[in-house]
Amino acid sequence: MEWLDDWGLSLTAFLPILGSIVLLAMPATEEKAVKIVGTLFAGLALIAALLVAADFDYGNAGAIQHEVNSTWIPQINARYHVGIDGMSLPLVVLSALVSFLCMIYLWFHVPSPGKPKALFALVLLLETGMTGSFVALDLVLFFVFWELVLVPMYFMIGVWGGPRREYASVKFFLYTLFGSIFMLLGFLALYFKTGTFDMIELKELGAAGIGSDLFQNLVFLGLFLGFAIKVPMWPFHTWLPDAHTEAPTVGSVLLAAILLKMGTYGFIRMSLPFLPDAAVNFAPAIGILSVIAIIYGALCCFAQTDLKRLIAFSSVGHMGFVMLGISTLTPEGINGAIFGMVAHGLITGMLFFLAGSIHERYHTREISELGGMLQQMPRFGSVFTYAAIASLGLPGLAGFWGEFLALMGSYRPGAGLSEELFRVLMVGGGIGTVLTAGYLLWTIQRVNLGKPKEKFADGHGLFDVRPLEWYAWVPLLVLIFVAGFYPRVMLDVTDGAVQNLLGAFGI
Amino acid sequence: MEALNVSVDWHALAPELVLTLTACAILMADLFLPKEAKWVAMPLGAAGLIGTLAAIVSLIGEERVTLARSFEVDEFSLLFKALFCVIGLILLAISYDFFRDSDYYEGEYYFLMLCSLLGGLIIASSRDLITLFIALELISIPAFVMTGLRKADVKSNEAALKFFLFGVLSSAVMLYGMSLVYGITGATHVDDIRLALGGASDEPIVILSVFFVVVGFAFKISAVPFHFWAPDTYEGAPSPVAAFLSTASKIGGFVGLLVLMFRAFPDVADAWRPIFAVLAALTMTVGNLIALKQRHIIRLLAYSGIAQSGYILVALALIEPGAASNRQAFVSALIYLAIYGVMDVGAFAAAVAFARRGGTYFIDDYAGLWARNPALAVLLAGFLFSLAGAPPMAGAWAKLFVFLAAINAQVFWLAAVMGLNAVIAAWYYLVVVKKMFFEPAVDDRPVEVPGLLRLGMGLAALALVAVFVYPPLITEPADSTVPKEPAQVEIAG
Repeated sequence: MEWLDDWGLSLTAFLPILGSIVLLAMPATEEKAVKIVGTLFAGLALIAALLVAADFDYGNAGAIQHEVNSTWIPQINARYHVGIDGMSLPLVVLSALVSFLCMIYLWFHVPSPGKPKALFALVLLLETGMTGSFVALDLVLFFVFWELVLVPMYFMIGVWGGPRREYASVKFFLYTLFGSIFMLLGFLALYFKTGTFDMIELKELGAAGIGSDLFQNLVFLGLFLGFAIKVPMWPFHTWLPDAHTEAPTVGSVLLAAILLKMGTYGFIRMSLPFLPDAAVNFAPAIGILSVIAIIYGALCCFAQTDLKRLIAFSSVGHMGFVMLGISTLTPEGINGAIFGMVAHGLITGMLFFLAGSIHERYHTREISELGGMLQQMPRFGSVFTYAAIASLGLPGLAGFWGEFLALMGSYRPGAGLSEELFRVLMVGGGIGTVLTAGYLLWTIQRVNLGKPKEKFADGHGLFDVRPLEWYAWVPLLVLIFVAGFYPRVMLDVTDGAVQNLLGAFGI
Repeated sequence: MEALNVSVDWHALAPELVLTLTACAILMADLFLPKEAKWVAMPLGAAGLIGTLAAIVSLIGEERVTLARSFEVDEFSLLFKALFCVIGLILLAISYDFFRDSDYYEGEYYFLMLCSLLGGLIIASSRDLITLFIALELISIPAFVMTGLRKADVKSNEAALKFFLFGVLSSAVMLYGMSLVYGITGATHVDDIRLALGGASDEPIVILSVFFVVVGFAFKISAVPFHFWAPDTYEGAPSPVAAFLSTASKIGGFVGLLVLMFRAFPDVADAWRPIFAVLAALTMTVGNLIALKQRHIIRLLAYSGIAQSGYILVALALIEPGAASNRQAFVSALIYLAIYGVMDVGAFAAAVAFARRGGTYFIDDYAGLWARNPALAVLLAGFLFSLAGAPPMAGAWAKLFVFLAAINAQVFWLAAVMGLNAVIAAWYYLVVVKKMFFEPAVDDRPVEVPGLLRLGMGLAALALVAVFVYPPLITEPADSTVPKEPAQVEIAG
């Protein structure tokens, strides 16, 4: 389909923002109409994404497809260049899907202080930023989408967030802005050396080596600051627990499911292929920081009393596995990283939905006040168990493969990396998986099993999963199972692109 | 004696002539109009500015030199003339209700405003020390009077006096520097000065004279440590005048600086580049740090404007004699000035709109503005985000191009200082946004915004969003303006 080649990705990226402009023109009092329009545009974007996915040539997943490349800012040679390959396709579909599910969830869950029009418009704006980041093949275009994400998320946390929302929103904004400025300086330095912002050209130039070692290391450091803060890697993670805990449910879901992936995606799409030599230099440090994040995240989880904050810290650990996979510079590790990104998006997104719904029912997220959920709400409790077990990496569910492949990659790391170091890291990561299993099982035990606490013994207000919640959750639950049971669904798509990427490292 | 036979190119002067005639017409009309009809001055002024814009459009693509080479029409000057007209139109929209409500000196105000804008138009074309100086004074002197328009208000008096004294002092210093330049080179035209100076960048007298000129301009553009007058003056002046000072007047100063530095002194850049590097770093850092503590929106905008001057000064600190990267620096300064002018005047417009009828200028009172007037809150937030360099308005591009120029010239430390400053600045812009959106309203009355103000802010926002989506709207005209070499001009003239 030719029009899909030209328009598919642009529609996926820009239908949402079009929706938010339409919403802006609607009266805020017509809440139902606002919700219909918001959901409609997110749905249209999802349809566009699925059409693109259906049209994608899976036999040639390593090549850029649905490419559009037209002039935009000729003065600095920045172009409107979009396209997808096997690495970005899963993330584009994930963004569109999760945004749409958030819209469904929002039908009955607009948090205080209400104002559905503004919230729907912001989610749509956010969707454009996220999808755009994954389809952009020009650094300036990527930067615009990357920055576009900042503002709606700031407002989502600040307006609809919890008690410490002001602190959390400003911290999120400033942290990310700080990183993105150094990322931008890195981009501009690349432009200064090569005269292009085009990611495809930069990848080709990068394979031959751009600039001196010092130049490569400095630029890598700039990009690293931008991406590492977004991931977030230890020790840049401190904004994340605050932002996640204070954000409204859909904010946390989008933050965990998509926004964090923009950082890891940046490493795979930009840092590694543009600056392969610097990547080899930095890989051990990234590996060490990742394992610290895995263990530190898990230990922090043991200490949390707030369910949502616990899930937030678990993200630090899970993203640690993704970064460990990337740092191995092996096909296994990077395939595992992309798999882990999608799996974490599905599972942690699901867990944040659940945390939001628990708060709605119990009006608290303190783990010590919860208990016996399986008795009072059997279906809800089962879904929670399912998601938590998926998160701890049980084989057969999606969480397993990312961790497994990352550890496998670090057993035999890529050329130029110390085998001893990465075997130590593998052991560290292995200990991390045990700790992860530990805190998640403990959480299941405290939340799901046992008897309900006295306060909630009469079961007042504790209703089981509602139809609209099922609609929002079933796609995630199914995908967690499918990806876990039949990982080739994903790996076949990503592998071509990963092999293509690692060409720069002579593998 | 050939100077006496100079033939005047009237078409080249058309924009200035239209504006002059309009200003005179306003002054005359004001004499005869009854008090309740004095508002006519404002539509008259707007019509004059639109006529001026039309004259500017008629000159697009032309290269004209007249008045003994002291007046040049080219892409550079037309770009800034158009910018002054656009900002002028928005300023008129801000001023109308402000001066209606408080009913003082309407006719005089519009006359003075147009005179100052005329100074801006002239400075964009001035290529000679004397014309430059006169144009700069034409911007400043009506501004002294406008600042003091609220005769009964002590703060307004203080503001005007401070502004006047600093203004006169800076003019004197600048004039002294210019006289030294004339003494060394025997020329007043920028190209002649450049040729006469050659590359004599280590002559003490050259360094000294350029230094005085730069200090004079530093007052005009409120660069640290010559910024002390600005916050007090902005606070005491009628707010539309503060908006004028922060945008049109400041841009006028920068235009003069750009002409001098890129046309007259580029070959002795080694002598003055360090001055600008220090000025730029100081101006953005000090401006931002002091802005963090402000509780009054006009003072906040004043300090933020100082910091923004610092970012533009970065472009001037990148010049190397004969380097190819100079062009990028020049273009980036143009882009920054154009975007800054529109977003800053937009922010001032929002402040004026909020303060109208019982509102205040204190940031604490902005709490819950989102509930009281959603459109105003969203627009102000947009302008502030843009000043901070975040989407969805064009401010991000302004910073990006200066960064690009800095990296191109390999002055990494200034780029890093600027990056850190952008983060500091985001904090205080966010404080205002936070008040408006995250905090409950203390006062539930809706805030009404008159139609003209809405129109002005809407146009500014629309222009900024358009440039954000499609940056060539500004990069293309900016890119076509190259600082000319002396030889080129001689052929053209």
